[in-house]
Amino acid sequence: MRLEYFLLIDRIVDLNLDDQTIRTEATVPTASTIFEGHFPGYPLMPGVLLIETMAQTSGWLLIALRKFTRMPFFAAVKEAKLRTFVTPGQVLAVTAKLVHDGSGFARTEAEIRHDGKLVCDAELTFRLIAFPNPEFRVSMEKVAAQIAFPLEAMADG
Amino acid sequence: MASTFDTVANIISETCDIEREKITPDSHAIDDLGIDSLDFLDIAFAIDKAFGIKLPLEQWTQEVNDGKATTEQYFVLKNLSARIDELIAAKGAPA
Repeated sequence: MRLEYFLLIDRIVDLNLDDQTIRTEATVPTASTIFEGHFPGYPLMPGVLLIETMAQTSGWLLIALRKFTRMPFFAAVKEAKLRTFVTPGQVLAVTAKLVHDGSGFARTEAEIRHDGKLVCDAELTFRLIAFPNPEFRVSMEKVAAQIAFPLEAMADG
Repeated sequence: MASTFDTVANIISETCDIEREKITPDSHAIDDLGIDSLDFLDIAFAIDKAFGIKLPLEQWTQEVNDGKATTEQYFVLKNLSARIDELIAAKGAPA
């Protein structure tokens, strides 16, 4: 995780377009200014950032399923449950699966585990919109390359 | 068996917490019922699931933006129900 850049996942571990699932990995940094406020003397990963981590994981799945022709924008979160504390240095396993592929929107179910234990889960909705400009898509492709996104599989896009 | 309109009206009532009695075939989802685009995503999700279809919202939005269609054609509930019936019929038609 590079919290200061809002890049919350480190790499894609598995992307299965047939099953419409994705697995990513994210290591919570051992130090961040965020932990100075959340909380002094008791650093915890903020729940909203865990939800964002699930959203970014879902987002890469949706980008892959649309072959980089649509950008997912986070629109709604339902049934979010933050089940355990997440602390600096923990390695998180994030998974998401597509549960509905609508016209111009999609819904996923996502969860995060640490050492096999469920940390949090939620249902997430995204608007799927054409990239508003070419530069945006190029910048997303650069991020994709950093996190082992299989760009070669997007040749149709 | 509930009509398409009844199913749609029940979905809207439950999704948007609107009294069922206020939802009529002539209601415009946006102008009369005040449903915004985010709530309509929940409605579209429920309609897709209920009828086993995929409402072509991107196409409809494009047609409205291009001036080729009016919102009334898609978002007045009797018209929306008719569009749903067409999609159901198309799904069942031989390829």
